[in-house]
Amino acid sequence: MMGSVLGMSAVSESNDQPPGIVLTEEQKRRRRARSIAIALALAALVVLVYLVTIVKLGPGVLNRPL
Amino acid sequence: MSLTSETDNRLYAQPSMAGVGDYIALMKPRVMSLVVFTAFVGYAVAPVQVHPVIGFTALLCIAIGAGASGALNMWYDADIDARMQRTAGRPIPMGRVAPGEALAFGTTLAAFSVVLLGLLVNVFAAALLAFTILFYVGVYTMWLKRATPQNIVIGGAAGAFPPMIGWAAATGGLGVEPILLFLIIFFWTPPHFWALSLYRAADYERAGVPMLPVVSGERETRRQILLYTLILAPFGVAPWLLGYAGLSYGIVALVSGAAMIVLALRVLREAADTGHRASRRLFAFSILYLFLLFAALLADQLVAG
Repeated sequence: MMGSVLGMSAVSESNDQPPGIVLTEEQKRRRRARSIAIALALAALVVLVYLVTIVKLGPGVLNRPL
Repeated sequence: MSLTSETDNRLYAQPSMAGVGDYIALMKPRVMSLVVFTAFVGYAVAPVQVHPVIGFTALLCIAIGAGASGALNMWYDADIDARMQRTAGRPIPMGRVAPGEALAFGTTLAAFSVVLLGLLVNVFAAALLAFTILFYVGVYTMWLKRATPQNIVIGGAAGAFPPMIGWAAATGGLGVEPILLFLIIFFWTPPHFWALSLYRAADYERAGVPMLPVVSGERETRRQILLYTLILAPFGVAPWLLGYAGLSYGIVALVSGAAMIVLALRVLREAADTGHRASRRLFAFSILYLFLLFAALLADQLVAG
């Protein structure tokens, strides 16, 4: 705390910091599974919007004023 | 000067232990499947045919909207769920999902489902979906459930909207037929849930939920179950009587409706010391009854072409 007040080096400051919460292997595994699920959901959303655009507009998707 | 471990806990959010399965559980997949099925029937019997991709998108949005409602319901009712045997194993009472996570999850899904339905299908269906989610979360979960034994009667409307949304997704409007489907589910909900509440009354009492058997007693509940079943059965037959469905549907509706009435009569006459066998049977059959009606309507539509 005093380190940051006196502008001491970042190295000594980081040594004073608490380590925070360190994830267990199980928590890391679950976080990874959640991240993959979100990625898949976003990819599905992109595909869905693409398909609906093609279905609704067809070739007309290219027909726009420049 | 060092930070204590107690301060550490306040500075850092606790890491989530939620798995993907917990988030799926938040969406109440069994309720979702019934919602998707009834919405699909509402969509399929509509006189207007839309492109299958648009139809799929509509059903997906309705499914996600139903999932969002489930998540928001579990967020708000976590205190009740923890006290009930049937729901104590849900992700929030078990501590696997934090209430804030469920709230964020439900709100995000609700917004996405409504906006997507509005942008990709039509605004009327999206408005109906938004109303349904708000009704289920705001009117049923937050207000009626803890306030009155009529909770599932009025709140049942939320579960009855999906076929109307399916129809609206196809046509952009409404008609007599989707309103009939709404009325069938609306009058089906009280006998279905009150049959369950008869043999789960102790659970509801412990959680402080004013279900009919807790407030008015078993005798009145059994009487009300029969009353609503007597209203339900004619509505079940109405699509055939009004010419919206063929004879095959009419026969299914007549036979299964009669079976519902017989089971409701058995519930009325059931003695207190029989372990609620008649109530359990009515609860189980009521699910089959609704499935049969909607499947018959779908089959009728497919055969009629």
